[in-house]
Amino acid sequence: MTQVTDTTPQDEGERPPALSVGPLGWMRANLFNTWFNSALTILILWILIETIPPLLDWVIFSAVWGDVGPEPCRAGEGVGACWSFIHEKGRLILFGLYPSAEQWRPMLVMVLFIGLVAASARRELWSRNLAYAWGIGAVVMFVLMYGGVFGMEYVSNTQWGGLPLTLGLSTIGLVVAFPLGVILALGRRSNMPAVRSICVVYIELIRGVPLITVLFMASVLFPLFLPTGVTIDKLLRAQVGMILFAAAYLAEVVRGGLQAIPKGQYEAAESLGLGYWRKMRLIILPQALRISIPPLVNTFIGFFKDTTLVIIIGLFDLLNAAKAALTDREWAGFYMEGYLFCAIIYFVFCYSMSRYSQNLERKLQTGHARR
Amino acid sequence: MAVDTTVNSAPRASIWNDPRGRAIIYQVLVVGGVVLMFWYLISNTMENLQNQQIASGFGFLDREAGFEISESLIDFSAASNYGSAFLVGILNTFKVSVLGIAIATILGILIGIARLSSNWLVAKLAMSYVELLRNIPLLLQLFFWYGVITVSLPGPREAINPLPGVFLSNRGFKVPVPEAHFAFTMAGVALVIGVIATYVVMRWAKARQARTGQPFPMLAAGAGLIVGLPVLAWLLGGAPTTLDMPELGRFRFTGGITLTPEFAALLFGLATYTAAFIAEIVRSGILAVSYGQTEAASALGLRKGLVLRLVVLPQALRVIIPPTTSQYLNLTKNSSLAVAIGYPDLVHVGNTTLNQTGQAIEAISIFMAVYLSLSLAISAFMNWYNQRIALVER
Repeated sequence: MTQVTDTTPQDEGERPPALSVGPLGWMRANLFNTWFNSALTILILWILIETIPPLLDWVIFSAVWGDVGPEPCRAGEGVGACWSFIHEKGRLILFGLYPSAEQWRPMLVMVLFIGLVAASARRELWSRNLAYAWGIGAVVMFVLMYGGVFGMEYVSNTQWGGLPLTLGLSTIGLVVAFPLGVILALGRRSNMPAVRSICVVYIELIRGVPLITVLFMASVLFPLFLPTGVTIDKLLRAQVGMILFAAAYLAEVVRGGLQAIPKGQYEAAESLGLGYWRKMRLIILPQALRISIPPLVNTFIGFFKDTTLVIIIGLFDLLNAAKAALTDREWAGFYMEGYLFCAIIYFVFCYSMSRYSQNLERKLQTGHARR
Repeated sequence: MAVDTTVNSAPRASIWNDPRGRAIIYQVLVVGGVVLMFWYLISNTMENLQNQQIASGFGFLDREAGFEISESLIDFSAASNYGSAFLVGILNTFKVSVLGIAIATILGILIGIARLSSNWLVAKLAMSYVELLRNIPLLLQLFFWYGVITVSLPGPREAINPLPGVFLSNRGFKVPVPEAHFAFTMAGVALVIGVIATYVVMRWAKARQARTGQPFPMLAAGAGLIVGLPVLAWLLGGAPTTLDMPELGRFRFTGGITLTPEFAALLFGLATYTAAFIAEIVRSGILAVSYGQTEAASALGLRKGLVLRLVVLPQALRVIIPPTTSQYLNLTKNSSLAVAIGYPDLVHVGNTTLNQTGQAIEAISIFMAVYLSLSLAISAFMNWYNQRIALVER
């Protein structure tokens, strides 16, 4: 930016040159400051002018909207998007194979879930009551999903699908995996060699293999592990697999936080006469978890995205439901609309999580961080 | 007082009150619990296997596979055995991972630098790329790219022909390759010699500079050895330039090499996705070197290139390399998503084998063994590297 070198009081006539202030000045400083940058700017502007209008045209102006069936889309294929595909198949994508007459139930579950999440995002509401609200909410959500009481039709979990399944798998997975991960992290930092080695082997084993392998194991090997005659359903097996997987990753994040706590904190806690568990619960973990919030949220986001892999063992999560919608011969070929629809949903969830974590990180800063 | 002495002079506290004794009890309990759990799982498994009459063991690897694999780096047919099917899968995993890592690194560095550009437009575009690709599941991106290739591209007859010899169609991509010639073998050998020679010269130059302070034009010498030697070998071999050009025959393409839609979608998806993560790592690595370092180096009279090479890069790389290797590992593990779009990688081949033979435990142990040894190899390298570059503090 330009610098004001003249410190004498300025007359009416002595203003900075018009090219160095205002929008023009900003453009000169940020878009045309060197010949190389000017060339880049012009090149990019040209590419944007070439690509954005046709893209907008495809997405909005030439697109087919509303409940009009596949024929108008076929007529205009390649010219405009076919949003009537989403109109027709949106319910299948969002709710999977859930009976269509009962789809108000998963809808209500999602509203409830998003409401609870929104409430949890407000720090002034963080209290014991919020935990109770989640507990009650979870019971209500499960009752709504399963039904069978209060005159609601019973819906087996093999028919669950779409967004509620994705959200459920990831939330329950994280809620159960988190304490497991903390215990594994503590075990890895323990000075008992046997406990430490068991935790190290578990964490490294799980982190060393792709999630698909763990899910395969869950779907193929778990039935072998159980006593003859005992079976657990596919959804639960996938859930257990995801929990085992997430716990190892969360453990490493928490370990990072634990390692960052200075030794003095441990010693201070011990000198107060606190035992191991009270030392951890009252002194070490609150600090360690706070500094691990950003990487924890990154792990959450990764885990949320990874729930798409349950497609491999045949569950109808959001992505697989979209794939299923595309197998309809009448609508075959509108993959771009279907996947874009899913991508927007995933993006909204992941992006808001990452923005929220950045926000929280700033608020929780205790003033030690360098600016 | 009297009470105190009796307590203190007691020969030993009970085991429970002795931290060491307690630790032993805890560990015995934990190990016992784990052993019991495993014994329970294994005995159940044995019983189930007996009931289902599945013979355990790796004997099935010698049996005839009976299925075809669409692309393979080694000779494979339906008559080959399961063992070679697994080998084909492993090689395919390696192929897509190595190429993916190379592309992701180049793309990631470019985008990471672009995010720091003083050009507002460039920085914002790079940021949008990173945010968009990081926040959408990889599997969804792979389906999307696969759809772009198999649905939106035209058939082989109307294949898009952007460059002479390059054909893009919904059956995959065709690209020309140089025809096999002795000169290329020679150039390959020359490349290896060049790399080794560069290493030797570099050590000598470093030692000389440490001894006498005289710098050696290492960049020019290295480039000459690594690029010049193979080019020389190629020229000496007669400088063959014939290309094996793909051509559209009556029914299909002949000549050139084919990138199948599965391979192309997987490679492109993996590389662009991982590049977004590498870009963030590169950016934070460069930002981690404070500007004071650059100023101090210029104050010493180093030229701009030297500042970058001697002061900024070594410090930035210390931050960049460890997370980048774990991204490489992630890319390799993510290549197992190939099974969803049908590229015959290790998991895909293993899954077919598993369905045909029912040897679930063996197939999954092979997956785990392959991926684990890869992870362990990379983390061993990482530990070695970290030790080498760690800050030496007094």
